[in-house]
Formats: sequence, structure tokens, C-alpha cells
Amino acid sequence: MNVHEYQAKALLARFGVDTPRGTKVDTVDEALAAAKEFGLPVIVKAQIHAGGRGKGGGVKLAKTEDEVKTIAGEILGMTLVTAQTGPEGKLVRKLLIEEGLNIKEELYVSFLIDRAIGRTICIASAAGGMEIEKVAEETPEKILRVEIDPAIGMRPYQARQLAFGLGLEGDVLKKAVHFLTILYSAFRGLDASQVEINPCLVTQEGDVLALDAKLNLDDAALFRHKDLLELRDTDEESPLEVEASKFGLNYIKLDGNVGCMVNGAGLAMATMDIIKLAGGAPANFLDVGGGANAEQIKNAFRLLISDDQVKAVLINIFGGILRVDRLAEGVIAAVKELDAKIPIVIRAEGTNVELGKKMLAESGLNFVTADSMQEAADKVVAQLGGAA
Amino acid sequence: MSVLIDKRTRLVVQGITGREGQFHTKGAIDYGTEVVAGVTPGKAGQKVEGVPVFNTVADAIKETGANASVIFVPPPFAADAILEAVDADLALVVCITEGVPALDMIDVMRVVEGSKTRLVGPNCPGLISPGKAKIGIMPSHIHKEGPVGVVSRSGTLTYEAVYQLSKRDIGQSTCIGIGGDPVIGTTFVDALELFQADAQTEAIIMIGEIGGSAEETAAEYIKAHVTKPVVSFIAGQTAPPGRRMGHAGAIVMGGKGTAADKMATLEAMGVTVVKSPAAMGQRMKDILSS
Repeated sequence: MNVHEYQAKALLARFGVDTPRGTKVDTVDEALAAAKEFGLPVIVKAQIHAGGRGKGGGVKLAKTEDEVKTIAGEILGMTLVTAQTGPEGKLVRKLLIEEGLNIKEELYVSFLIDRAIGRTICIASAAGGMEIEKVAEETPEKILRVEIDPAIGMRPYQARQLAFGLGLEGDVLKKAVHFLTILYSAFRGLDASQVEINPCLVTQEGDVLALDAKLNLDDAALFRHKDLLELRDTDEESPLEVEASKFGLNYIKLDGNVGCMVNGAGLAMATMDIIKLAGGAPANFLDVGGGANAEQIKNAFRLLISDDQVKAVLINIFGGILRVDRLAEGVIAAVKELDAKIPIVIRAEGTNVELGKKMLAESGLNFVTADSMQEAADKVVAQLGGAA
Repeated sequence: MSVLIDKRTRLVVQGITGREGQFHTKGAIDYGTEVVAGVTPGKAGQKVEGVPVFNTVADAIKETGANASVIFVPPPFAADAILEAVDADLALVVCITEGVPALDMIDVMRVVEGSKTRLVGPNCPGLISPGKAKIGIMPSHIHKEGPVGVVSRSGTLTYEAVYQLSKRDIGQSTCIGIGGDPVIGTTFVDALELFQADAQTEAIIMIGEIGGSAEETAAEYIKAHVTKPVVSFIAGQTAPPGRRMGHAGAIVMGGKGTAADKMATLEAMGVTVVKSPAAMGQRMKDILSS
């Protein structure tokens, strides 16, 4: 689960991570009130679930009250396009108003899981405020990294190693060591999959703060963080994806016109791939999971065809736990209930496959069946009248 | 021969009284796996499918001589179940549970490293040595005993590969689902090492997907250590960057972990890469008959 910057900072502050004074606002009047409280200048920051906001014009310095009003008015309600939003951009519904600080240095700090070693690692760089991927590519020597043993946590010597490597000294070094140590506590305590502070600010006064904060929480661990569930902002997700999550379905909207319904994430990706190879374009990723029942299949199907772009559907099910007769039952019910007119190609294998196929054939509905993935992909593209 | 499991496997099912545990216990028994015990805390003395239930893994081993475990307990308790099995020195632990928190798995792996246990999973379909034993949730009937080792991050896509092989009358030595999570026990490299050393295995299918660098690491290992032919498919060629495609591990980040990169690396290291998931079986057949 992603959270907004203002939420991330509030969560990190619980662990003692220093952040600029700031407040989330929804209107220009609130923005002005916040600016008066903190004193000018302030930074006006668009709150959306995507990075690259500064370059896209979503983060601006306001030096006067008039500027606060103008800038807040401009950014609120704008569709912000950044490198991470895609060309359609994201509507800005809220702002973070923060006090302006005297910048001395901008650093980069993040904690994340290194899958290759199965450990949490800390990445730090003196080249803050830039995309870390770019730094890694162009000046890899500027990237520092330590691996953290989960049994003993982040040790002071590791934090010192990073802080010295960043060229810090004296009081600032001590503060940076403290900052890194508690940031790791926050990472663990929140069950984060990533926390990225970019930039991590050293002020002219010698303070170390999180000027920006990106926090991804591990969905699988939310069961022990019930209080964090309310931080989910469904405005930031596509409506169909929100709908899908209600039914425990894994759905991601794409740009094509062939709707796909598959069980299992790997097979779902492979089905998208073969549709593309056959000359079509997948409209979505949809994994109905291993234990799906008829009701869930019905919901999945309803969701699939509620996307106007979908002109044909490919259902590819390899039943391990999921029984093919249950699949057939769900699809038949859904097609009847929704009076669906678009072509539906079904490829199903696995438990009770003969019964499932018989049910489809005897349903009186016009299903196209296929015996292999290749045949299914070819048939669904043919239904669209050749290449999509 | 086959790898990891065979006729000598004596299985304990952790979470045997749950719906999933019960269902797949029956599946394993029907396949001929020696299921000797179940564990559900507080339910000792019960029987599930004729299998005696114990309170702890240690009790189950003491009474039945179990040497492998499969875990069906819910995500909040899965890490603890793995640790209990590791503590009891079981040689093989297979965790089927999907949705184990990543930080739990980091802690678990710290304990697994240096232990006597090989962990497979979590979030995996398990493994099967056709004709000998199965530990997991895969549909048994599609498998066939034979010379191809299959290793995969995906469940149903593995079934697809197996189905394509069996349809062409090519059997499998062992099929290992290593799981789609970011932090897992057995890796591609571990599985490749086992297959390389196994006399029954003549060729290998490796099914990867976007995200991480496990396929790249495997490619280097293959070049250095694997003499048997390897056919590979990478799922997610059409996946958009930055989006998590179902599996917690399947995400392309910062341009890293793309299918195209993985396919190119594998090819450069001498692996036969198929673009289409429908081509896995036929390519293997071509290789075996050439």
C-alpha cells in the first residue's frame, strides 16, 4: 500500500524521525492559514501517489501570502503529469504546506529489501534530490550500501560507516547516525517494503530532516497494523481496481481491448504475453486466485466487461485448486445476468474439466472453447477481426 | 532418482485440520505420498484422513519419524510454523501459504541459513516427483514420470509447462515451485544445482518472471555449472513498469527486472529462451529428440 507524503511523514515522526513543520490542506484558505502559522516562505507540495512531482510543477516555493494563494490555487485541482503518473496524469486533491528551511546539503537515504540476499539494506548517497536510479547508473561510486542482519538490527557502526561515507562530521554526523538508526526502526515497526528519504536535508543550522518521504507498506503485513488501513486513499487508484480489491481479486488495468481472466499471477502474465504475440493487446491483468468460487468468478467477469475498451474476453484457467465446473458455473451465470454480447473464448484445464466443458456446451450460450493457450489467443484475436 | 522428495519422504502436514490442509492431505495420500502426521496446536489426538494429529512438530517427529513438512497455516502464523519445523531439524519444509509478510521471511531466512533445513516457498505450489510423491497443491493427473526437471516462480504456469510436456509424452523428474515472493527459501540456483546432480534429470525447464534478479543470477550459474540443456520462459513481457503483477515479487522497478533484460541475459548464457508460453513443451521435445 502506498501512502501520501504527509501521511508518511506523520508515521515516521512517531518513531522520532525529524521532518519540517507542515500540514495537509484541502483548500486555498487552509493553505494560507498554514503559511501564516509557519511563517513565510513555505513550500506548497501536491499530494499524489507518484514521484517526480517537482519537475511536473507540483512543488513550488511561495514567498508571499499572494504567492501562497496563487500557487495553491494553481496546484489544487490540476492534473499533474510526472515521469511516474503516465501521460494521463493525476488530479491533485490535497496539498502539503511546509515551512521553508535553509538548505546546506541534500542527501539520499532509503531502506528496502534486497531480494538477492533476503535482507534489508540501507542505501545512502551524497547525491540527494536526484533520481537514485540515475545516480546508480551514472556515478555508481556515489552509492553507499550496508546490509542489515535482522537478528541484531542496524548497528551504530553501520550508520557511522554511511555517515562518514557521506562526508559528514561533528554534530551533523551524530545527528545523521541517529536519523539512520531510527529510520530503520520505523521501517521495521511499520512493516514497510520501502522507505525512501530523498532528499534527506542537512540545514545550515546543522539539523538532519526528511524533506521528502516515500513509504510503501507491505500489504501482507497490514493485518498487524489495522490503524494504517485508514490511510489508504482510493482516489489514487483506478475505480475498477478499487472495485476488484473488494472481491479479493487482483486486477490491473491496461490499454488493450482483450479482457483476460486467469488464475495465478504467472499464468496471467503469460496469457497477456501470448495475446500480444498473437497480434492482440491485453486490456488488463486479472488473477482470480487459486481458491476462487462461482461467485468470485461472476464478480471478476462483471468487472472485466465493465471496461468499455474490452471488445473480447479470453478466460484461461488451469485448475489446481479451482475446479473447472465451478468456473463454468460462474461464467454462465455472469453472462446470463449481464446479458453480455461480446465474444468469449474459454480455455480451461484441470480438475473436473470434462464436466466444466459439458456445462459450457449445454448452456445455450455462444462460447468459443480452445484446447491450448495458443489456440485461445489466436481465436480471441480472430474474434476481433484480425490484429487489434 | 528425482530430487528432494521420493518414496522415502515421510510427510507431516502443519495446519492439517484447516480446510486447505485437509483437502491437500487427501490429495497427497491419494497420490501415494507417505503422510505420517499432522500438526495443529491443541488438536492432538484427532485424526484427519486417518492421519494422527499432534500439538507440535517435535511430537510428530518423535512418534512417526517424519522427515519433511508442508505448511498450510494462515499468513500471520506461517513464519512461526516454518521456524518450528526448522527447530525440529526437518530436512525439507515446504510453505504453501500465500501472503507471508516480507520482514517475517527475512527473519525466518536468518534462521534457515546454517540450519539442517531446506525451505521451499512460501507462496508456492510445492513440489512433485511424478510416480513417487507429491507435497503441494498441484493437480496430480497432469504429471508423468520422466527426464525433465521443472523449476518455476509461478504455480499455474508450471502446470501449463507440465501439461505441454506430458501431452508430448515427456515426463518430469521433479517439479519445484519456488514461489513468487521477494524473499524465498530455495532459489533457481539451488534447484538448478539439484537437477544438475540428479541422474534422472536430462533437461530443465526454468520459468521466470519480471522483477528482481534471480533469473540473471541463474543464468550465470547455468553458464558456469549446468551442462544439461535448459529451456526458459519469462512471464510479464507486456507488464507495465512500477505495477505489482499479482505476485509480491513481480514488479519492474526503475527499468530493472524487465522480461526483455532477463531473456537477453539467459540467451547470452546459452539458455534456450522461448518467447511464447505455448512453446515450452515443443522446444523441450525438439531438444530431447535432437
